[in-house]
Amino acid sequence: MVTNPLTKNIDMSRPPLDITAYEANDGYQSVHAIAKGLSPEDVLELVKGSGLKGRGGAGFPTGLKWSFVPRGDNSPKQKYLVVNADEMEPGTFKDRLLMEGDPHLMLEGMIIAAYTIQASKAYIFLRGEYTVSEVVLRNAIKEAYEKGYLGKDILGTGFDFDIIMHTSAGRYICGEETALLNALEGKRANPRAKPPFPQVSGLWGKPTIVNNVETLCNLPGILTYGIDWYQGLAKGNDHGTKLFGVSGKVKTPGCWELPLGLPIRELLEGYAGGMQDGLELRGFLPGGGSTDFMLPEHLDITLDYDEIAKVGSRLATGTMIVLDDKTCPVGMVGNLMKFFAHESCGFCTPCRDGLPWVDQIFRDFENGEGSEKDLQILHDHVTYLGPGRTFCALAPGATAPLGSGLKYFKEDFEKHITEKRCSYKH
Amino acid sequence: MAKIVIDGVEHEVNPDNNLLQECLSLGLDLPYFCWHPSMGSVGACRQCAVMQYRDADDKEGMLVMACMTPAADGAIISIEDEGAKSFRSEVIESLMTSHPHDCPVCEEGGECHLQDMTLMSGHNYRRYDKKKRTHRNQYLGPFVNHEMNRCITCYRCVRFYGDYAGGTDLSAQASHHHVYFGRHEEGVLESEFSGNLVEVCPTGVFTDKAFSENYSRKWDLQTAPSVCVGCSVGCNTSPGERYGSLRRTVNRYNSEVNGYFLCDRGRFGFDFVNNSDRLLEPVQRVDNTGELLADDQVKAFIKEFKADGTIGIGSPRASNESNFALRAMVGEENFYAGYSDVEHESMQVLLDLASDTAFHSPSVREIEMADAVLILGEDVTNVAPRIALALRQSVRNKAKDLADESRIPQWQDSAVRELAQHDLSPLSIISSAVSRLDDVASDRVIESLSVVAAMGHQIANKISASAPKADCSAAHDQVIEKIVEQLKAAKRPLIIAGNSNGSEVIRAAANIARALYDFKDNSAIDLCLLVPEVNSVGMSLMTNAKNPLGAALKKLHDGTAKRVIVLENDLYRRASRAKVDAALTAATKVLVLDQLPTSTTANADVVLPATAFSEHEATYINYEGRAQLSFQVHQCKKQAQPSWRWLCDAEHVDDLVERCCNEVPGLARLREVLPGENPFIAGMKVPRQSHRYSGRTAMTANVNVHEPKQREDKESVMSFSMEGMPAQKDASVHAASWAPKWNSNQSISKFQDEVNGELKQGHPGCLLIERKDSSGSYFKAGSDSIEPSANQLRLVFSYQIFGSDELSARSKPIQARMTDAYIGLSPQDAQKRDLRQGDVATISPLGSP
Repeated sequence: MVTNPLTKNIDMSRPPLDITAYEANDGYQSVHAIAKGLSPEDVLELVKGSGLKGRGGAGFPTGLKWSFVPRGDNSPKQKYLVVNADEMEPGTFKDRLLMEGDPHLMLEGMIIAAYTIQASKAYIFLRGEYTVSEVVLRNAIKEAYEKGYLGKDILGTGFDFDIIMHTSAGRYICGEETALLNALEGKRANPRAKPPFPQVSGLWGKPTIVNNVETLCNLPGILTYGIDWYQGLAKGNDHGTKLFGVSGKVKTPGCWELPLGLPIRELLEGYAGGMQDGLELRGFLPGGGSTDFMLPEHLDITLDYDEIAKVGSRLATGTMIVLDDKTCPVGMVGNLMKFFAHESCGFCTPCRDGLPWVDQIFRDFENGEGSEKDLQILHDHVTYLGPGRTFCALAPGATAPLGSGLKYFKEDFEKHITEKRCSYKH
Repeated sequence: MAKIVIDGVEHEVNPDNNLLQECLSLGLDLPYFCWHPSMGSVGACRQCAVMQYRDADDKEGMLVMACMTPAADGAIISIEDEGAKSFRSEVIESLMTSHPHDCPVCEEGGECHLQDMTLMSGHNYRRYDKKKRTHRNQYLGPFVNHEMNRCITCYRCVRFYGDYAGGTDLSAQASHHHVYFGRHEEGVLESEFSGNLVEVCPTGVFTDKAFSENYSRKWDLQTAPSVCVGCSVGCNTSPGERYGSLRRTVNRYNSEVNGYFLCDRGRFGFDFVNNSDRLLEPVQRVDNTGELLADDQVKAFIKEFKADGTIGIGSPRASNESNFALRAMVGEENFYAGYSDVEHESMQVLLDLASDTAFHSPSVREIEMADAVLILGEDVTNVAPRIALALRQSVRNKAKDLADESRIPQWQDSAVRELAQHDLSPLSIISSAVSRLDDVASDRVIESLSVVAAMGHQIANKISASAPKADCSAAHDQVIEKIVEQLKAAKRPLIIAGNSNGSEVIRAAANIARALYDFKDNSAIDLCLLVPEVNSVGMSLMTNAKNPLGAALKKLHDGTAKRVIVLENDLYRRASRAKVDAALTAATKVLVLDQLPTSTTANADVVLPATAFSEHEATYINYEGRAQLSFQVHQCKKQAQPSWRWLCDAEHVDDLVERCCNEVPGLARLREVLPGENPFIAGMKVPRQSHRYSGRTAMTANVNVHEPKQREDKESVMSFSMEGMPAQKDASVHAASWAPKWNSNQSISKFQDEVNGELKQGHPGCLLIERKDSSGSYFKAGSDSIEPSANQLRLVFSYQIFGSDELSARSKPIQARMTDAYIGLSPQDAQKRDLRQGDVATISPLGSP
């Protein structure tokens, strides 16, 4: 049986499989299964039963999310599927691999999702810098239309489905699903208030599901090989496989498809080859820039959503950024703060005016001008920018490395103040 | 009603509202910025955070934004919780990081919502010691200043300007703490409602440019409740005076009329009061030079006019009292209309319709409730701008219905807009030119006036077969059909027309409303008939139908009448030059009372200076028949007096109002707008000056070091003083809104019975017109239409918000926005005559109206 459903067709040394080759390797089987009589309700039950959780970062159960879309004759006729392909999380490069390596897998997943919620139209909201993905996807879409997997009355199901490619002008906030919808509508990319959730009032006020690229790529396998197979893939409590990435000063940084539930040590020391010679591990952000630091003592924790939550961090995108002992943790957090401050959309006060202040303080630390007062202000902002206080999750995400950094690397912050310099610099 | 607990006290609240609105309705102090009573919630500023508890056992609670949380039954919240308080103070600290320390030189200082909220939140020490971000400001035209460094990014400006008022040239730009609110490039703000930015902005980003040039602090302004004299809507205003000059106009809340917003004509059109050409002394013209008249000379002159053979010409821009005083002096039979004969004729139609129970004349608030609107032949934005703003809200009723269906609370502004997108309630416009409401119109037909009227009749006929058919080409059948269906399906349809161009279209509009009345089983239909001037309705109620202006001019010309008194009116704007010249030349004596020199005063034998709207107490009647009282704000320098005082012996406005009630049938209830039986609190008057008014002992020291005695105001319940009882109890004398801790206009919630409700114990004016019966019948279609022949064009008046109103057109800020007079020709008409861009054409009038 297949053990790497997400990457089974991916070989970056050659161009991605064309539609014929893709079909030959069980591709588009799920669409044929639908044509043979799977109803949208059947698919929804399958996806719910699989236990698939969203791979965009929040880890929300996909089937449950879909089930909030209003159904029946009284619901709005037009519904939309939107692919969140605006991969912007610092340290994250997993969706890029999927789109560049096997575009048809995502398209197949999109057909499944759209069929389930009965959306006749989908938008791929693609990060503007992903120019290769754009070319590859456009080509794959063309192939899929030619083969009748897209367009009118797909395989005689009576289901019509069109895909529209939209390349983003580029803001981190567009990864937030409601800001993404605003951007797609040509509006300012500020997030929207929730409720109402996009499932009820999304793109152009119509019921909309926004799914991450990797989430969609999980769907063909679930339909083609079944729930039991899917659940058998993982080693821990969560189901399926996931792309994990490692960046930082490890021997072989990269991105691998692995079963959920492996110990972190296996990823870091096995797949990524451990730290480069002469460097020690200081800590790591397990799931991208907006997750809390974890320490070497956490290496035996498994790559599970719940297990990682127990030590106060998040699996999120599953792409870790590694901090070594020769890199200044204050500088690393400061770099992230610079990013988050710059990417704040400017809608709500704490994020808009709080993050730039935090950023400025880090610049002062970098220049040896940090003070106890400023350190206190940083601590204050961890709570001030926390969940429930801001309009969306951007600033709370920023407080993850900030708060955990202040906690775990306290002495480094203090050293910057007492020595009036960054001791990691020569 | 729902029961919620706030800081341990149970309150009854409306669950359809959010917690912030309900807290304010309860009179509690909870700071906020981005929420606005008429624009709802977006949750941007995070200032109204409160602690919410799951149940009585929950001691931790969770921070929620009051503006984004429904006031659901059983909710337990705390405003006073330390966590909530400290978060609110931190929000202010954030907002202050880049806000300049310029309160002492900022125009907003003293009425700044940001100052109030800062104090309320308890934040008092700035820890931020980094560089502030700075912005470049833009030139935004003659009305509004721009100082972006003060911005706290509440998004209210763009929400008002774009979402609420439909403007497209102000937007939020850039991101993080660099967010910038401005135009894509410098230039004049296009919206007719741009001045509201001054009041909508919680701090000093958008300030009143005209005011800045002659600035005074809010607390130093002498203020009284006033009514805008710019058009017939009668928006309530608070003009402010200092050192004898009128400095600015701000909105005065009236739940039925203007709510929170004014148009730019109303806000910036007051400056004619300060015009250096003002007539300030009685003058007799002797051989082309003016000679000052002494009191006894004036008296003798007036006495001369009290003889037979004197006629009076009233004025639609003068108060009821002055019109009445003139009418009483010359006798009803000798009192003539002060507007054109075309307008007089259409006004008679309008007055007839006003007594018919088939129709209801909707207030501005009611116009916002319409769910299908048809505008026939009128340019609402230019004739009655505030109503155009209300119509923009009416088209959103569809969005509100959709929100209800999706269970999205109506106060959640951006969510409701997002849901509905461009799905608007129907608004159809059939008229002779493009209009500023076209962007929200479901259908738009541009046709000649006679076709507009014919289409109106056709719509009426399709709604009810008893309405007469009109000759109408089939070209518009489809749109007519659509409009008919929309009006029939509507719960509250609204028909709008006006008398800008005669009565032809009014008749058609009335037929549509009557047809709907028939169709809807005799429930009164909203028929809004616009008139151009502040007291067009008041004057018309006093004028005999047989007394049009033309008759007066004829009488003077043929010598039947010898003397004429012209009340606050430039007759050259009302009738042809030849006719007015002939009449004034033939008259043996011409007495004109006015505020500013006009062509008519130039031809008068005696000119008596009349006070302007801010210099006297007066009543006016708006388009819907609503009488409103406007107080005197300040004294006029020199010798100008209310016109009525020159003409009669009455001591007091109240006396004239009383006489109006008794002698003019339509005005029987006018006295109801006067302050109640016992207007005084503890025997004290209501001060026009705030308790912080400064410089009283010094302001005339350059003339005399002795402080003059405060002038007594024998006529009014208000005093020219700081002493007295501030207007807390009687909202009819609610001038400048102020409450402890609330120095800005946001203090208004302290005077409303609930947010967006009526002012406590006040009244929003008094509807005078009583509808008697529905015995009226349909008008005949097409009987009065004028169809120009092949070589002729029909002249249609195109009102301009900046320029068409005589008095505001003499205000400097308005003049900066006025265009030159022009004659417009439609491309089709030009093509027919083979005219191209750059050609010279001569148009000669064929007998003027």
